[in-house]
Amino acid sequence: MNDWVIETRNLKKFYKMGEIEVRALDGVDLNIERGSIVSIMGPSGSGKSTLMNLLGCLDRPTEGDYILDGVQVSQMNDDQLAAARNHLVGFVFQSFNLLSRQTALANVELPLRYGGITNGRKQKAIEALTAVGLGDRVTHRPTELSGGQQQRVAIARALINDPAIIMADEPTGNLDSKSGKEIMDLILSLNKTRKTTIIIVTHDQNIARQTQRIINLSDGKVVGEEVPE
Amino acid sequence: MNIGQAIIEAIESLNANKMRSGLTILGIVIGVAAVIAMLAIGSGAQNTITGSISGLGSNLLFVFRGGNDNVRNPQPLTRGDAEAIADPFQAPSVALVAPYISSNLSVTFGGESISSSINGVTPEYLEVRNYSLLEGDFISEENILGRSSVAVIGVEVADKLYGRRDGLIGETLRIEGQPFRVIGVLTPRGGGAFGSEDNIVNIPFSTAQSRLIQRSNDRVDFILVQAVNTDLVNQASEEISQILRARHRTDLGADDFQIFSQQDFVATAQSITSVLTIFLGGIAAISLLVGGIGIMNIMLVSVTERTREIGLRKAIGARKRDILIQFLTESSLLSMFGGILGIGLGWSIAYIVGLIASANNTELIPVVGLDAILLATIFSTAVGLFFGIYPANRAANLQPVEALRHE
Ligand SMILES: Nc1ncnc2c1ncn2[C@@H]1O[C@H](COP(=O)(O)OP(=O)(O)OP(=O)(O)O)[C@@H](O)[C@H]1O
Ligand SMILES: [Mg+2]
Repeated sequence: MNDWVIETRNLKKFYKMGEIEVRALDGVDLNIERGSIVSIMGPSGSGKSTLMNLLGCLDRPTEGDYILDGVQVSQMNDDQLAAARNHLVGFVFQSFNLLSRQTALANVELPLRYGGITNGRKQKAIEALTAVGLGDRVTHRPTELSGGQQQRVAIARALINDPAIIMADEPTGNLDSKSGKEIMDLILSLNKTRKTTIIIVTHDQNIARQTQRIINLSDGKVVGEEVPE
Repeated sequence: MNIGQAIIEAIESLNANKMRSGLTILGIVIGVAAVIAMLAIGSGAQNTITGSISGLGSNLLFVFRGGNDNVRNPQPLTRGDAEAIADPFQAPSVALVAPYISSNLSVTFGGESISSSINGVTPEYLEVRNYSLLEGDFISEENILGRSSVAVIGVEVADKLYGRRDGLIGETLRIEGQPFRVIGVLTPRGGGAFGSEDNIVNIPFSTAQSRLIQRSNDRVDFILVQAVNTDLVNQASEEISQILRARHRTDLGADDFQIFSQQDFVATAQSITSVLTIFLGGIAAISLLVGGIGIMNIMLVSVTERTREIGLRKAIGARKRDILIQFLTESSLLSMFGGILGIGLGWSIAYIVGLIASANNTELIPVVGLDAILLATIFSTAVGLFFGIYPANRAANLQPVEALRHE
């Protein structure tokens, strides 16, 4: 018996653009094993981000089933979706998406606040920042940090609620190759040490090859899979 | 997210845009200050007016001509009416009767010329109005009979014409060119409901009627009646009505005269000043409304600017209600700060108006009541909440994906 953290059945997402229907996702069947690290590749416009948004509970599918950590997401209401985003998923964006006026600490604490946790928030946030190697930057604001450091803060924020899965949509897309590699190393080590399931969208073959499984997407469909050696 | 947290975050975000927050608050400050000041001045004016009416004496009655439009042949009030009311057998509850005619005329002395209220009165007027004299005597019965050219002047007249208030007995002044001898100076009264009570010249009724204030058929402007005591005011009023109905032959129809007691005046004045206060307060409230629209405007801008931030917050687990609370807290804080500052400013404005009034010899003590403060606070916070709801809802209903894609 496999332990799937993600199961999708015939997942579809269509966008209506006037008369034209854009089939961003056109029937995706996908199973992802708990604790694995998976990369999604495909040409621009193939539906990678759309898939990530659905898997991250940021959006609802037009059709199909999605079971996250054993729970049917398609039938959740808005508040339940918010709770799922808070507890089950950690998001890492290409453009960091930190609150620019808040310190690194406050940024990392934010999911705990929305999760209704009142005790030990600061302690947990400092631990998370230390885990991503920023233990000495807790009071810095995003503008006082390098791109790589900002992405580390974002990763700490994604980690803080111990999610079942971390979604990273082109996490190194805005970084130079050196800090991109550092971020990749950090993500890989999180998968190793914490056993957190990780899905990475990337255009970079070198990054994809470091994962356990590469899923190829084209025109909203899974067109192939490979396992790098 | 608890409320304390929400407030801290709201303050931080308002603080990040000091200029904008400040200007938005200013809109509310002006609105609240206007409301507070208007209400304070209004109720101050009410107190002043009712106070000065109460100062007339609680056993006083005013008899005016007029009344219902239905009266076929309305008769004026005359000297004869006054004498009839003074009859102790017909009106046992009446103590004193003082007929009164008045007109604004020019008074001159030497090169000085002023316009004063010239009152034709009888000796009773002194007691009925509770006047007292700085020096000299009031108009006597002999002055009335002899139609003497004598005058009892108020201090303002004394100040303006002679530049002093004593040693004026025997001086001569001219009213409309006719010479009058000063026989007394009244103690100052200050401003009152009926204008300055010090810019007056009292002369014998008969003199006024025959030489200065021509009125046909012995007419008087009104008759002041003092009841024997406060308890007999209503009875005196009834007796006067009987007498006048008989004399004017209006026993059956409507009265062609009106009798006001001090309480009637107070009640009328109160209803007038209340309407005035509500009117002024209403106008001020409009500016508060405009301030509220300012809040809405700024909050809408803020929601648009922070669309990405809202998307991010939702992506990491913020519920609709969290976003709603965040934006409502900001708009309520804006209006609450505005409210508090506005109360202070309104209070100061009212205080300054009071100072200006007293510098102009008008006693007006603005009253900032607890009710006005509560009203302003609740109203301004409600404005913030109300005008914040639309922008906050807009923010809360943003779809996370779309919000995150926003530039
Ligand atoms: N909100 C939207 N409205 C209409 N069409 C959309 C919307 N979002 C995405 N699409 C369309 O869906 C398709 C898939 O888009 P998606 O962003 O998932 O591509 P992607 O694989 O992430 O591309 P990239 O590698 O450039 O990031 C595209 O054709 C895009 O135009
Ligand atoms: Mg994409």
